[in-house]
Amino acid sequence: MTEPRPDRRATRPVVTGIGVTAPNGLGTHAYWQATLDGKSGLGRITRFDATRYPVRVAGEVTEFDDTEHVPSRLAVQTDHWSHLGLAAADMALHDAGVKPGDLPEYEMAVVTASSSGGTEFGQREIEKLWSQGPQYVGVYQSIAWFYAATTGQISIRYGMRGPCGVICAEQAGGLDVMAQARRLLRQDATIVVTGGTDASLCPYGLVAQIATGMLSPRDDPERAYLPFDTDACGYVPGEGGAMLIMEEETAARARGARPYGAIAGYGATFDPRPEPGRQPRSNLGRAITLALREAGVTPGDVDVVFADAHGTPGHDLAEAHAIATVFGPYGVPVTAPKTMTGRLYAGGAALDVATALLSVRDGVIPPTVGVRAADPACELDLVRATPRDGPVRNALVLARGHGGFNAALLVTAP
Amino acid sequence: MTTFTLDDMRRIMGGCAGVPESLDLADDIGEIPFTDLGYDSLAVLEMAARIQQELGVRIPDDAVDEMKTPQAAVDYVNRRLAA
Repeated sequence: MTEPRPDRRATRPVVTGIGVTAPNGLGTHAYWQATLDGKSGLGRITRFDATRYPVRVAGEVTEFDDTEHVPSRLAVQTDHWSHLGLAAADMALHDAGVKPGDLPEYEMAVVTASSSGGTEFGQREIEKLWSQGPQYVGVYQSIAWFYAATTGQISIRYGMRGPCGVICAEQAGGLDVMAQARRLLRQDATIVVTGGTDASLCPYGLVAQIATGMLSPRDDPERAYLPFDTDACGYVPGEGGAMLIMEEETAARARGARPYGAIAGYGATFDPRPEPGRQPRSNLGRAITLALREAGVTPGDVDVVFADAHGTPGHDLAEAHAIATVFGPYGVPVTAPKTMTGRLYAGGAALDVATALLSVRDGVIPPTVGVRAADPACELDLVRATPRDGPVRNALVLARGHGGFNAALLVTAP
Repeated sequence: MTTFTLDDMRRIMGGCAGVPESLDLADDIGEIPFTDLGYDSLAVLEMAARIQQELGVRIPDDAVDEMKTPQAAVDYVNRRLAA
């Protein structure tokens, strides 16, 4: 790996643009308004007839029209998940006031997270294979399914020829990409498009998720996803996510950009292999400690924690324990606005970072909806039902990826 | 006898490969190379696959390589149809 350039060791990465494609709002403004209003995007699956599936509620981005939001030449060769990512990236670039054509092409980088790849596209092509024959399978299947497709298409669309990559660590990947983006800013990149989306709500994609046994089987969208509640029964899957524009602070301010906030600290850990007869152990707490240490802040400086909020009792308890160990019981406001979107996998943590930055900007903590009977075993100061006023200077975002990934990222006021 | 026209080609191009943002398919595009129109080799391969399904003519891969422009594709297909 390239050594940091001497003049970039002290890089302070800031976020100057945000683009959101979420089940409860398309575009940053619509999403943030809905989130503060406690407006949920969860509902019965409409994309296909899910009546006979064991999971029937999801967070669909219903307002999104692929043909309206993505140029047709790009749309035909990409999956719905990439469409959501391309649209979010375009919004983020506009928001940041970045004109890619004016920047050196090798200094623009793209790093996105993906968890499922292009399952809907893949399902369509597999159906053609079975029903019509191999000659009917489109050539774009070769590139559309691939985890790096969103990154690649963003790179091509805007002529961003700097370092590009994808990180697949399920929900944690949405934070891991921010750390990778930061690393690239310390090398040769001037701006990085980063974040993530996922969209796997076709039958094939949903069935793959159901296999974990952790999805909510409930039909009532208001009672389906209740993290940290005594009535928790699994999580609701969703689609969408967020893309961010990350730049080095001095350069960003020199071009007149107004940062939402800075990426101040990051930590990532992996859980130990589960052992028969032993309770699973979580290293999430150590990820939190690493992020705070790197940022040089104490637990008392943190104004809010955006929880991973898995929605299954064991995972919720493990996360609550990690938070309470670092911050003390009921020691910090905790929220999970993803109760309004479902878990968006690679898009979820990226959206939480966007939400945390908006929280810092406006000095308000968005609510966790649906939770009525907070589990006393969790010992969390959960921000419920309505937003709580700030100030919010430091916001910690947590994410866990299926299989043992943990990540924590601290965003701070600009 | 069936003939394959430039309008048929336009329909196939837009249908399976989309329309580049700067392009109007209704323009006089017959002699402009696909690459200049904004269609890469993968796009031309996809067009060839759709033509084969629609008309039942076989288009070998090396013939696809020779279809540099929409008109060249139309001419090739008509030669195959006449053969």
